[in-house]
Parts: sequence; C-alpha cells; structure tokens
Amino acid sequence: MTTFRRVAGKLGALLLTLFLASVLVFFSRFLVPGDPISFLLRGRKPSPEAVAQVTAQYGLDLPPWQQYLNWLAGILHGDFGRSLQFRQDVSVVIGERLPVTLGLVIMAGTMIAVVGLIAGAIAALNRGRVLDRAVLVGLTVLGAIPSFVGSIVLIAVFAVQLGWFPSFGSGEGFWDTVYHLVLPSIALAIVFVVLIGKVTRSSMVDQLGREHVEVATSRGLTRGTIIRRHVFRNAIGPILTVSGLLVAGLLVASSIVEAAFGLAGIGSLLVQSVDRLDFPVVQAIVLLIVSAFVVVNAIIDILEPWIDPRSAAGAGAR
Amino acid sequence: MTTPTMAVKVLRAPRVRRGNISFNLSLAVLAVMTLAAVFAPLIAPYDPDAVDFAAIYSGPTPAHWLGTDALGRDTLSRMIFGARTALLGPLLVVVSSTIVGILLGLLAGWRGGWIDSVLGRIFDVIFAFPALLIAIMAVALFGKGLVAPVIAMSIAYAPFVARLTRTLVASERSRPYVAAYRVQGFSGGWIALRRVLPNVTPIVGAQSTLNFGYVLAELAALSFLGLGVQAPTADWGAMINEAQAGLMGGYFLPAIVPAMAVVIVVVAVNVIGEELSDRIGGGIPA
Repeated sequence: MTTFRRVAGKLGALLLTLFLASVLVFFSRFLVPGDPISFLLRGRKPSPEAVAQVTAQYGLDLPPWQQYLNWLAGILHGDFGRSLQFRQDVSVVIGERLPVTLGLVIMAGTMIAVVGLIAGAIAALNRGRVLDRAVLVGLTVLGAIPSFVGSIVLIAVFAVQLGWFPSFGSGEGFWDTVYHLVLPSIALAIVFVVLIGKVTRSSMVDQLGREHVEVATSRGLTRGTIIRRHVFRNAIGPILTVSGLLVAGLLVASSIVEAAFGLAGIGSLLVQSVDRLDFPVVQAIVLLIVSAFVVVNAIIDILEPWIDPRSAAGAGAR
Repeated sequence: MTTPTMAVKVLRAPRVRRGNISFNLSLAVLAVMTLAAVFAPLIAPYDPDAVDFAAIYSGPTPAHWLGTDALGRDTLSRMIFGARTALLGPLLVVVSSTIVGILLGLLAGWRGGWIDSVLGRIFDVIFAFPALLIAIMAVALFGKGLVAPVIAMSIAYAPFVARLTRTLVASERSRPYVAAYRVQGFSGGWIALRRVLPNVTPIVGAQSTLNFGYVLAELAALSFLGLGVQAPTADWGAMINEAQAGLMGGYFLPAIVPAMAVVIVVVAVNVIGEELSDRIGGGIPA
C-alpha cells in the first residue's frame, strides 16, 4: 500500500470518528425527555429574549437533522453559540481559559514523560533485581493516587504546611504562572506516570532480549550505544501509542486539578457550566476534548512509519 | 485508531511477583470495608450527620479517633458510612458493564462479519470519550447524583470488556472442541452460549475486577467536583470537597482520611484484580 493511500485511509477514519462523536455530543440533548427550551433554560427565567436566543441558537423550530447541520456549520466557522451564564460567545469564554489548561497539560505531560521514561529505563536495565521491583512498586502506588487526592495532599504539605508554593490561582506573567502551576501539574501527572513507566519498561525489556542486541554486543559496541541506538529507538513505538492515549485522560483530569487549585481553565469551566446548567459550553468543551484526543492519536498513528520504519512493512515486522 | 486494550495489556504486562501476603492483606482490607459499608449503622460510633458545635475541628481524641470536621461531625463515622456509596457505585458499574460487554463481545467475536465491523466502529467512538467525561456529560443532561453517572460509566466501560471478550471468543471459535460440537449438530448459538461463554467468562471477569479501582476513583472524583453524591451525604469524594475550605486553615484530617480510604481501597482492588488475572488468565492474548 502506498503512503498516500495509507494516510488518506487514516484521515478518512479520523473524519468518520469526529463526525460520529459530534453526532453523539449534539443528539445527547434529545435523550432528555420533555421540551428542549425548558431543558436548555433550566434554572433560568424563560424570558422572551432568552427563549428567542436559545431558539435561534439551536434552530429549535427546524427538524433535528437541520439543527445538527446548522450547529456543525457554526462550529466549523468557530462559532460555538452563546454561553447562558456569561452572556458571551462560547468561543470567547473558552479562548480565555484555554492557555491555563494547555500550560497545565504541557507541564504535567513533560513531568510524566521525564519521570516515566527514566523510571521505566531504570527498571528495564535492572530487570529482575531489587531496583526493578522497587520502581514497579513505586509506580503502582503512584498509579493508585487519583488527582484529587494528590491535589489535597500537595496543598496540605507544600502550600499550607511549608508555604513553598501557592495553592490558588494561576498568577501573572510567564514565570509566575509556571510557579503557580507546579503543584497542580504534579497532582495531574502522578496517576499517569505508571502508564509511561510500565510501557517503557516492558518495551525495553522486550528489545533487550532480542537477537539484534546480542549481535550488537558481540560486535563490541558499548552498552550506552546499544541502549540508545538499538534498544530505546526500537522501544519508542509502543511508548508513543500509550502517550497518545494519555491526552484525553489529562484533559479530563485537569478539571479536577483546576477545581482543587482554583485555576480558571477549561476543565473548571466544564464543571462550573454543568453546575450552572450552561449546556452550550458543556457541549463545546466535551467536543473539544474528544476531538483533541482523536486528532492526536490519528497524528501519532499516521507518523508511526516515519518514527518506526518497521511498522510500515506491516504489523508482523515486530 | 489505536486500541486502548493495548494500553491495558501493556499496563498489566510486567507483573511484580507478589507473595500471598499482599493478596491476602488486600482481601482483608476489602472485606473490612465491605463489612463496614453493610453494617455501618452498627459500627459507626456516631451518627454521620450529627452536628456538634462543641467539637469543631477536633483533632484525634479518645472521643473522636479521627477527629471531626467543620461542623463537628465525626470523621470516622462519616468514613464508615461513605464506604457505602464508594463501593456500591463501582460494583454496579463493573457488574453491568461486564454483562453488557461480554454479550456484545460474544456477538462480535462469534458472528464476525459486518456485525463485528459495526460494533468495532461504535466502540472506537466510545473509546474517544473518557469515562469521567461521559459521566460529567450525563450529569449535565440528567442532573446531579449517582444514578446518571453510574449508567454513563457502565456504557463507557462496556466496550473495554467487549473488545477483550471478542478477541478471546474469536480465538476460541477455531478450537477443535467447537468444531466437534458443530459436527455433532449442535447449533451455533448453543455452542456460543453454553460452551464458549463459560470458557471466556472467568478471564474477562478477572480483568473486570481491575476496572473497579478506576471506577471508584472516577466516581469519587465526580463527587469531589460537586457533581456526584451531594454534600450532606457522607461520601468520600463529597467529604474531601467539603473539607477543602478547612485545608487552608491547617485542618487536614477531614480531607486526608477519606482520601486515604480511596487510595487504600484502590490499591487493594488492583492487587486482587492483578492476582486473579494472573491465576485465571495467565496473560491476555492480543
């Protein structure tokens, strides 16, 4: 199969998944029994203006499929409708809060990658020894600490008791923001380190037992070269795949961390919007998170043959 | 799409050789928690909702072993009562997602063809929605509480079970015993339900045990966010949510106690689940 056909096929699958996800997000509203206006305006006074606005936004007087198409067309033009709680465009509300969440996810992702890769490599290179076991037990324990537990323990110890880090808000300016995001990103990273750590370990252990490593050793290459060029390079495929799967988890779990640390990101916005019955914002954020997840995984999937040329030849090459 | 089952496989691949000590200890922890949940009114020293303004933020004392919260409610009693929702929610999710998942997986793996492709495509879409996100969406649609999230998370977890079942059933289908029943004239449906299903159920069941810990943490997170079990009810997630204000004042106990309860139960369930998978499955075919 040519590269072009392969990429086109993957892109087609990506578009189909995105389309189906948008259908689920849009039509979920129809699962709620009763009249859509009273659902969308729950807890608010159904003033004529509000009714008119919601009716216009969703095109409630049109048949459902046309409502969906209008909604989708709007989103493709960056128009996610209007927020009921802020009386602003949803895209503006989300845009204001996106940087905090992205910063949080990037910092947590970096921590996960660094700690996970190092821990996994240490365990793999010492497989069967005490150090290997210690790392695995450590990873398992970290994997049992949900973000909200991590958040409150970090706040208690490092913010309240020691006073080293702030426990609220996201600060001003670049370095202050980074400083404010240290504890939140650790809280977010903790539970996910185990995934990268274990996949790194098993993937490297798999490679270490291969004949090509034996050949490289017999040819007199140094251990460092073998590990870098022959073990780690071959082990990177599964690690990347698992990293892609982390994206959705990180974005959703950021809502917990943002709530705990009083950060104004899209995660806390999602929770707040559910709480204040602001359905347009909920729909937009859910769709964004799902799309980010699907797109990132598709990119990893498409790039794989360039990162790991063996996978282009077919799955059996491994 | 990459398959999350692969991540699950990888996550569980390198097993720490555990002695029976940690397994038995975990069983004991879970048994104690279950008993505490069932017999909460008999065990708890206080009414979990009894407010005592004379004992606000009491530290650990003989009267209150684990102290009290901002309203003077006994933390130990609330933790014991909190075990009820903490264990019931995941139990419902694991049981219903396992039943639905096994049936769908059996259908996909046994029939193959277009049914398999259509189900596979549907699973791919559901995999794109993290369980906690589906639960939050369900709350947005149907209101706060535990009912909508439990149903939503059952739907979120069923595809994981279904995909594993499908793989197992597909490899089982080509085994000689299936052909032997075929030759003897047994119907396909009978073989699938009465012979193949019992063969794959223990392996799938052991794997499902591992979902319990994730679901428990996710439902507790939902209550922590104020979207699940609501405030006056003693629930671990809701307790941590309420205790956040006191955290700033240096009153850690009301938050740390339910937090540790979550971690301890999750570790115990994971140890049990991995041990069961080891004993029954001996690894997952992929």
